[in-house]
Amino acid sequence: MSTAEALKAKFPEDELVFSEFRDNHRVAVPATKLMPILSMLKSDCGFDMLAELTAVDYLEYEGATDRFGVVYVLLNNTSGERLILKTFVNDPSPSLPSVYSLWKSADWLEREVYDMFGITFVGHPDLRRILMPDEFTAFPLRKDYPLKGRGERHNFPIVTRADS
Amino acid sequence: MAMKDKPDNIFMTTLDAAASWARSNSLWPMPFATACCGIELMATASSRFDLARFGAEVMRFSPRQCDLMIVAGRVVMKMLPVLQRIWLQMPEPKWCISMGACACTGGVFDTYAVVQGVDRFIPVDLYVPGCPPRPEQLMAGIIALQDKIRHGGTLNGTEFAKRDRSNGPTPYDSDELIRIREANEKLISLN
Repeated sequence: MSTAEALKAKFPEDELVFSEFRDNHRVAVPATKLMPILSMLKSDCGFDMLAELTAVDYLEYEGATDRFGVVYVLLNNTSGERLILKTFVNDPSPSLPSVYSLWKSADWLEREVYDMFGITFVGHPDLRRILMPDEFTAFPLRKDYPLKGRGERHNFPIVTRADS
Repeated sequence: MAMKDKPDNIFMTTLDAAASWARSNSLWPMPFATACCGIELMATASSRFDLARFGAEVMRFSPRQCDLMIVAGRVVMKMLPVLQRIWLQMPEPKWCISMGACACTGGVFDTYAVVQGVDRFIPVDLYVPGCPPRPEQLMAGIIALQDKIRHGGTLNGTEFAKRDRSNGPTPYDSDELIRIREANEKLISLN
């Protein structure tokens, strides 16, 4: 039984959107069903590795209905099968359940998505910024954040020759 | 000042010139290498180019033992407090070389996280252009700095105290902040 068939057998088919692109198997799922689907994929379909977790900001994207897409790339180390799972969250305060309990690799990946997009992962053991400084307040990979920042890179004391 | 009965092995100079001569020939670099310029810096120090010919081969990774900071590579805003702290930890007299386009101006990385030139926040004595500069260029920079020390250096470092302002091209462009804020407001009203 393929992964798609196993998913269809367990969850209502109209909620899952399957697609394929150059041998990539993709499925879009509703955010409310994320945890049951992911735990089933891990326990029943053998996806024992979370290879990548990232997000996309669809602000002003043509034809997009949701603000953020969150992408999980799963890998089955026994069969070599890969599955790209996508879910959508919206403003204000976009949040998703943390998958740290399923795959430990979600720790830093979720922190990175939180740092760059401001999507909170409920249940993450240590949800802090991972790349930007702690005192940074914005989420720089959001489309409404200017490329040159909001002046954060200038807010430092100037050390002159006289006081050094 | 001519001395008539001066023996052959005695020469006359000023203390300032003697101190500057000694300092210029034993610059101990602090390699603050954050990017590809650091690779060129390592090449400069290694046998093919041999920075030891100019007395500057003693790379010290402790700022307390250095008197020349070479900022090689881009500096992000998370790294800048570290850079400033290391600079303040170095004992006087000390000099700073800003090596490469990124350290001098931010280079192509005109983004939210990259500092647009370290001279905005720490004093810089010499700029080495290039992306990355070749070892010859860095050596030319070190020779130029040696000249600068020999010609303007004083025993007590009084030439530093006079420079109480940042000496970079534009230490702080306050208009940029205003421009960014206006662009933000325009974007918010569009959304």
